[in-house]
Amino acid sequence: MARREVLGLFRDAETAAGATTVLHEAGVRQDDIEVLTGAPYPEGAFGEHIKRHRIYLFPMIGAICGFTVAILLTAGTQLAYPVVTGGKPILSVPPMVIITYEGTLLGAILFTVLGVVFESRLPRGKIGLYDPRITEGFIGLVVSCAADQWLAVEQALRRAGAFEVKHEQA
Amino acid sequence: MQERRPLSDVQINKALLRNVLAAPLWFWGLVLLLALVVAAGAGAAGWMFNRGTGVLGVNRPAMWGFLIVNFVFWIGISHAGVMLSAILRLAYAEWRRPMVRAAEVLTVFSLMTAMLMPFIHSGRPWRLAYWAFPYDFARGIFPNIRSALIWDPSAVFTYLISSSLFILVTLLPDIAVIRDRTTGIRHKIYSAMALGWRGTPRQWRLQGIAGILLSAIILPIFVSVHSIVSWDFGMAVSVEGWHATIFAPYFVIGAVLSGVSAVVTLMALMRWLFKWEDHIREEHFDAMGRLLVVIATAWFYFFAMEFMFGLFTLEPQEVALRQLQVFEWPWSALFIIFILTAYFIPVPLWLFRSVRRNVAAMFWISIMVNIGMWLERFIIIVPGLLRKQPFTFVWGSYRPSPIEIIIVAATFCLVALGILLFSKVFPLVPLAEAKEGQILADQIKVGKKTIPAVMREE
Repeated sequence: MARREVLGLFRDAETAAGATTVLHEAGVRQDDIEVLTGAPYPEGAFGEHIKRHRIYLFPMIGAICGFTVAILLTAGTQLAYPVVTGGKPILSVPPMVIITYEGTLLGAILFTVLGVVFESRLPRGKIGLYDPRITEGFIGLVVSCAADQWLAVEQALRRAGAFEVKHEQA
Repeated sequence: MQERRPLSDVQINKALLRNVLAAPLWFWGLVLLLALVVAAGAGAAGWMFNRGTGVLGVNRPAMWGFLIVNFVFWIGISHAGVMLSAILRLAYAEWRRPMVRAAEVLTVFSLMTAMLMPFIHSGRPWRLAYWAFPYDFARGIFPNIRSALIWDPSAVFTYLISSSLFILVTLLPDIAVIRDRTTGIRHKIYSAMALGWRGTPRQWRLQGIAGILLSAIILPIFVSVHSIVSWDFGMAVSVEGWHATIFAPYFVIGAVLSGVSAVVTLMALMRWLFKWEDHIREEHFDAMGRLLVVIATAWFYFFAMEFMFGLFTLEPQEVALRQLQVFEWPWSALFIIFILTAYFIPVPLWLFRSVRRNVAAMFWISIMVNIGMWLERFIIIVPGLLRKQPFTFVWGSYRPSPIEIIIVAATFCLVALGILLFSKVFPLVPLAEAKEGQILADQIKVGKKTIPAVMREE
C-alpha cells in the first residue's frame, strides 16, 4: 500500500514527547515515527528506539586497511629502489613501524568518518518532509502512515498539541 | 562552572551565526589587512625562490633558522585542538562547549602554516615534494623512510587530515542550521554540504559517538606528531645538544602549553570581536587558567630535566651549548626573556582567581607565553646548531634576514586570516554544543541553596 508522511511541529520537547503517546494510542507504531530536533536530546527523550548500528566496526576495518597499505608502501618503495643509507637495512623495522603507525591511524580515521556518514543515512538526496524552524528549537514528529490514514494522523497530531501540521502532497 | 544565561535556540543561532550571515565592515577591513601581510610574505618567499636561499640569514653551521623555528612553533600551536577538544570531550568536561571548534580550527590552520615552513625553507619546494611523497613512479625514486625528515610529513599530514575530517563531521548539524537560514545560491551550497541532515535521534547519537571515537583515535596521532617533530632534532647524529631521549615528551608538553595558551588568545579575541560574552564567559578563562598552571608546571619539569641531564654528563658539546644559551650575548638575553615569559611570570599570575577571570589579563598573558615558547624553540635550534662542532673555527653565528622576518610575520597573519575566513563560512562556536548545554542545564536545590547543575548522558 502507498505510504505518506505527515509532519507535526511542536513548540517544546515535553509536548512532542507526549504526542508520541497519543500517536501510539491512535495506532501508529513507534517505528513509523521519526523525531527531528535542532539539538541533541538525551537518548529516549521521545520514547524513540535507535536501531542497531555498526559504527564501531568501521575504525577497525580502516585500521587494518591503513596498516596493510602502510606496510606495502614502506616495504614496496624501499625494495623498488634499494639504496642502503646510513648503514641501515633496506627494510629497517623502526622507521617502518613509525609510518605504519600513522597509516593505521589514518585508515581508522577515514573509515570512521565514512562510517558516521553511512550510518547516519547520509548523504540524502532529498531532505523529505522538514521545516527550517526545527533548527530554531521546534520539535518535528514525522509520521509515516498508509496513504488513506493521513487525515487521522493529522488529527491525532493536532490533538496532541502540534501547532502546525504538514503532509506530503499525494 | 555554569554561569550561563538561559538562551533560546533562536538567540543562540542569531548570536553565533551573526558573522556567517552578515559580516560587519570591520571584518572585511581586517581580512584585507591580513591578506596584505600574507601577500608580502608570499612575495618574500617568491623572492627567495628566485634568488636562492642565500637571501636567508642561515649560514654554516646554523642551516636552520627562523623558518624551522616557526615550523616547530606552529606545530606546537596545532596541539591545542586535540588537547582541548579530544581530552575534554572524552572527559565530558562541560566547559569545553564554546571552545572546541575554535581549538580544532586553530589546529588545522596552524598545521597548514607549519607545513609551509619546511617547503619554503628548502628553497626548492617542488623538489621537496618528491622527497616527502611516494609519487614518482615514472623514475622509481621514492622517499627514504629511514630519515626522520620523512616520518615528520607522514605524521603531520595524518594529523592534518584527521583534524580536518573531525571538524567536517562535527560541522554537519551546524551547516544544516545555516542551510535553514539562507536563501538562493548560499542555500544551495549549504544544502549540498549538509548532506541532507535532518536531526534524527540516530544522527545525533552518531554525532556523539563520532566525537568520542574520533577523539580517541586522534589522541595517539597528537602524541606522535610532536614526538616525531622532536625526532627531527633528537635523531640528528651530528648535533649533540639535541641528543636527548627526553625530547619527545618535552616537545609534546611544550606544544600543549603553547597551544592551549593560543586558544586562550583566540577565545578572548572571539569574545571581543563577535561579542560572545554569553557563550565565552569568565568561568571558561578561569578553567583554562587552572589547566595552564598544571600544563606549564609539567612543561617546566621536562625543561629542567633536559637541562640538568645535559649538564650532569659534562660532555664538552653539551657544556658549550649551555654556556652559549645562558651566558653569551644575545642568547643569554633571549634565554632570560624566554624563561620569564614562558613560566615565571604567567604561572604566579594564573594562581590568582582575579587574574584568571580577567579576560584582558588572560589575553596578554597567553600572548606572553607564546612569545616565550617561540623563543624556546629558537634557543633550542639555533644555538644547538652553532655548537654542533667541537672546532671553534666553525662556530659561526646566525642573524635573521628581513626575508625571514617578513615570512614569519606573514605566517601569524595567515593563521589569523584562515580562522577569520572560516568564521565567515562556518560558526566558530558549535551551535549544537551550545544548545545541548542549554538543554542539559538545570538548577538543583541542596538544603537551602539552589545551585546550577548539568545532566550528563553516558
